[in-house]
Amino acid sequence: MHLDMTLVLFLSFIVITLGITAWASRRSGSSSSFFAANRQITAWQNGIAVAGDYMSAASFLGIAGLIAFFGYDGFLYSVGWLVAYLTVLLIVAEPLRNAGKYTMADVLAYRMNPRPVRAMASLSTLVVSTFYMIAQMVGAGSLVALLLKGSHISYTTAVIGVGILMIVYVVFGGMLATTWVQIIKAVLLIAGTILLSILVLAHFHFSLSEFFTAISQVTYHGAGGKVIVQDFMTPGLRFKPPYGPLEVISLGVALIFGTAGLPHILVRFYTVPDAKTARYSVVWAMVIIGSFYIMTTFLGFGAATIVGRDFIAKNGGTNMSAPLLAKVIAGDVFFAFISAIAFATILAVVAGLTISASTSFAHDVWTNVIHHGVERHAGEERKVARISAFVVGAVAIAIAIVLGPTANVAFLVALAFAVAASANVPVIIFSIYWKKFNTAGAVCGLAAGLLGSIILILIGPSIMGIDAATVVGAARHPIQHAPIFPLENPGLLSVPIGFAGALLGTLFGAKDPQAIQRFEELEVRANTGLGSEKATAH
Amino acid sequence: MATVQKVNGDAGEGKTKWDRVEEMDEFRLLILAKKEFVIPATVFFVVYYFALPVLVGYAPEFMSRKVLGPVNLAYLFALSQFFVAWGIAWAYVCAARRFDKFGAHILETLKREGYDEKQDGKRGL
Repeated sequence: MHLDMTLVLFLSFIVITLGITAWASRRSGSSSSFFAANRQITAWQNGIAVAGDYMSAASFLGIAGLIAFFGYDGFLYSVGWLVAYLTVLLIVAEPLRNAGKYTMADVLAYRMNPRPVRAMASLSTLVVSTFYMIAQMVGAGSLVALLLKGSHISYTTAVIGVGILMIVYVVFGGMLATTWVQIIKAVLLIAGTILLSILVLAHFHFSLSEFFTAISQVTYHGAGGKVIVQDFMTPGLRFKPPYGPLEVISLGVALIFGTAGLPHILVRFYTVPDAKTARYSVVWAMVIIGSFYIMTTFLGFGAATIVGRDFIAKNGGTNMSAPLLAKVIAGDVFFAFISAIAFATILAVVAGLTISASTSFAHDVWTNVIHHGVERHAGEERKVARISAFVVGAVAIAIAIVLGPTANVAFLVALAFAVAASANVPVIIFSIYWKKFNTAGAVCGLAAGLLGSIILILIGPSIMGIDAATVVGAARHPIQHAPIFPLENPGLLSVPIGFAGALLGTLFGAKDPQAIQRFEELEVRANTGLGSEKATAH
Repeated sequence: MATVQKVNGDAGEGKTKWDRVEEMDEFRLLILAKKEFVIPATVFFVVYYFALPVLVGYAPEFMSRKVLGPVNLAYLFALSQFFVAWGIAWAYVCAARRFDKFGAHILETLKREGYDEKQDGKRGL
């Protein structure tokens, strides 16, 4: 019964979003409308869309699961994910809107030799988007596999379905359709979260003290069937010594700096008319995102106390905590509703990633690197972007099918944040604020951050580890060797590597008088909006 | 007419609008005002945020102390991060109203000297 309900709800989401795509496709006749929604999105609309782009499967399913299993340590993720927006608000959003056109690379290449910088920036954009996307697709696949157990719809069919939908949104609807898909999804997600939180509170007779008392004595079965009573508000249940504390700090570094370097978040600031609107949209996003992450208290601890670790572990694992909470607390219809929201969440985030990746390929690589900044005929850039959206979608579908419905994908999102923090953010900050920064510095910074973070992940405990012979399949580490680098998240070391690369490249690289000369221009433009891309009538 | 061309021009045509703005007092004041807010605010939020993982990681007993019924210090400190972040965002929005005023003054001055906004923004990136 709940399966039919989920399908009906999910199908209505698809019908509505396809309707929006059809509407948007008639307004996507120019590059500015396809890539930047005519820059006419308002502050609150963009704020909700940023929140929608940001609150991915990792937030809704992942964090609720982490709190349900590890209590307080899971909540630490929630905190970092909001505070990160201060970096976006104070340092990045407004200068980016003022100085750029469609992509992050616009700002990085502004005063540099554009071709090498754009090529590197686009590579980094594609790497970050791909890691993020694979995590979403595999997440979607495992959710589908669990929901549709026993039905005739397979994991592969579901992944292909999600992939095709996202291609349709992007290819036909461009940024305008993608933005509205995000807005609808964010509203649904928040509504679902509020409802679920109220139900959890109602379960505890609307008494916070009863709720927190329950959290401080959660009962579950440990290894060997031993009954454990644990205060779930105690820190350290997940991040244990000796490296636990450093791990939390490293994760914090990746989150706090990484958000300001996520390409699919940054491109959202090009959809608004000016820097002031960009600023207000970040504030809107912070209100929504913050409220959502505070409510993960009710989702996660609610699942821990009402549903229990034992039941979740037997019925789909950590990622199913929020949907299972809905099922236990309010029955099948609500379970269907929450599951449909989880689908919509994944679909929307994947569409957002696809458009930012294909825009970067079309605008940075095709037009500016290969064809020296000239569109050979009108609309070429849009055409290339549509084709790359197809390719990006196909690649994502293929990878998700190859990886299969594994659960061990959380590290992919952490990797995306770490790469963004190490490669993109040092170069963005230096470009806008450091006069002596030059082409060699930008290329070295991007390369050092990209390589540094990827290598540290490869030699860290996510990839390397010695498993017992009983561990099979996806749970096994790809490299059976003791990890060389002790931390799962490399942020603590890879972000300084990114900054060092940018610094050393600038000091020891070729002289670049143009970069210094044009700093004034960038400084004036970034701070005043003089000469910035304006909204277009449609 | 000569001024119009000068001010609307980009690099390579003598004094550009960028040079003109760069030498305005309002622009220096704008940069100064931004620095005066953004640098301390950034330092504050970074220190306040990293105090959380450091305290939780290295002083877990202290942070596990129950301070409000069943609620411990670690949770309250984590929760406070949300409100501090919102507070800083609000303070920034208030401070930024001043930045916008400087920006508007700069644009006015330029327009008085013959700068035409509609002719601008055409240079490709």
